[in-house]
Amino acid sequence: MKFFEEAGQYFILLTKVFAKPEKYILYYRQTVKEVEKIGLNSFGIVVIISIFVGAVITIQTNYNLENPLLPRYLVGVTVRDSLLLEFSSTMVALILAGKVGSSIASEIGTMRVSEQIDALEIMGVNSASYLILPKIIAAMFFFPILSLLSMFVGIFGGYLTCILTDILLPSDYIYGIQYMFYPHYISYSVTKVVFYAFIIVTISSYQGYYAEGGALEVGRSSTKAVVYSSILVLLANLILTKLILS
Amino acid sequence: MIEVKHLTKKFEDKTVLDDVSITFEQGKTNLIIGQSGSGKTVLLKSIVGLHTVDQGEIWYDDRQYNSLNFKQKKEIRKEIGMLFQGAALFDSSTVEENVMLPLDMFTEMSYKEKLSRVNFCLERVNLTEVNSLFPSEISGGMKKRVAIARAIALNPKYLFCDEPNSGLDPQTGIVIDNLIKNITEEFNITTIINTHDMNSVIEIGDKVVFIYEGKKIWEGSNQEIMKTECKELNEFVFATNLAKKLRENP
Ligand SMILES: Nc1ncnc2c1ncn2[C@@H]1O[C@H](COP(=O)(O)OP(=O)(O)OP(=O)(O)O)[C@@H](O)[C@H]1O
Ligand SMILES: [Mg+2]
Repeated sequence: MKFFEEAGQYFILLTKVFAKPEKYILYYRQTVKEVEKIGLNSFGIVVIISIFVGAVITIQTNYNLENPLLPRYLVGVTVRDSLLLEFSSTMVALILAGKVGSSIASEIGTMRVSEQIDALEIMGVNSASYLILPKIIAAMFFFPILSLLSMFVGIFGGYLTCILTDILLPSDYIYGIQYMFYPHYISYSVTKVVFYAFIIVTISSYQGYYAEGGALEVGRSSTKAVVYSSILVLLANLILTKLILS
Repeated sequence: MIEVKHLTKKFEDKTVLDDVSITFEQGKTNLIIGQSGSGKTVLLKSIVGLHTVDQGEIWYDDRQYNSLNFKQKKEIRKEIGMLFQGAALFDSSTVEENVMLPLDMFTEMSYKEKLSRVNFCLERVNLTEVNSLFPSEISGGMKKRVAIARAIALNPKYLFCDEPNSGLDPQTGIVIDNLIKNITEEFNITTIINTHDMNSVIEIGDKVVFIYEGKKIWEGSNQEIMKTECKELNEFVFATNLAKKLRENP
């Protein structure tokens, strides 16, 4: 019962979000700000995590494929495909759900409990649209860039491992990452990320927008934002994978 | 002029406002007083439409607010300025951006015109050289004044203030009270102020309404309030020893 109520409220919020903006220039300005907050500020974490994961997958796979019958370059293939197919889309989305989701929920939640949202409404501003739409646009535009970045950096992390250790020849690795490369893996990943961006931003905004009470509730709403958007990202992954690959 | 007629507001089963009817006059500071929890904030938020009411009518001059559709309400909202209990400045915007936002949204002014309007409003509340500071960098009283500047940026016809001087020292409180009163008279605004501060009542209470447990049980001017026979109001007005002494030797 509660679930249907929340789902209903979520869709009502979405209709408010996609109402016609009062002034495009203001929305544009907000979107630029959000690109910085949501996108550029996530560069660091995506780079660090991707480089390590790329390195670890390389070491792991190398260890598992240590069989004279298997060609060495298969390590490169595996690293590439793991990154392109799942890590740089779904795992990066989960990381961003943690970072961006919680910050969106606490930002909007704080605005709710400190009456800033009421203040916007009183001015006659559509607060849902003004606060949330720029975040959606910024994320749907920038998350794919972060995902592409993660692919490059992850593959580079693997390459670095080959150079710094002697587990695998860099030339084998390079050969592997080019071997049977399907460019549509990238578009497949990027498509998924666009959906994830929408899910993370709208779910987190929803949690913040309907926060009630004080600082404690804002904290709770940001936890819920991370949990729910992560679960929905995984669910969406299942559905999208099924749809795109069939 | 704002009129509320037979207003009733419930939260679930709890009646917070019970058949309240009041007329708020133009060009005057109308005060709503009452104990903490008596329903002042709920009344104010019901009048501006942040709460939907269960029964009753709300009239802004000749327009019945609570029967309008979303678009028509929005038109009235542009004529409303509101000062919230906690100032409610936008944390991530500077003082200047805070005051400018309503102008950005609803006027076609150039940046220069907007800036001069912002500076005019800030000067009106005795604030200069704070344009580029963030809300976290100014004091509580300054926040309230910035919030007033933001509320008057679009020349409102109706001004709502929820406890404009709570949390301030008495002197600053009176400065803010007088500021609101001056602006009200200067621009002939219908102003409604929530307060539980007897200083404000005496200083600026052109018209005072006393809310007790969700009911309006008294209205009059700040002259009349000192001589009232109403028992609950007497307890409220003369709650402090200082006030009691004043009554004995006026
Ligand atoms: N959103 C809400 N849901 C349920 N009850 C509420 C809500 N808002 C207010 N109330 C209840 O309504 C009553 C009146 O609250 P209100 O905030 O109007 O008091 P107040 O007169 O403004 O007090 P104060 O002077 O402390 O600000 C309180 O008992 C409060 O618990
Ligand atoms: Mg209150």
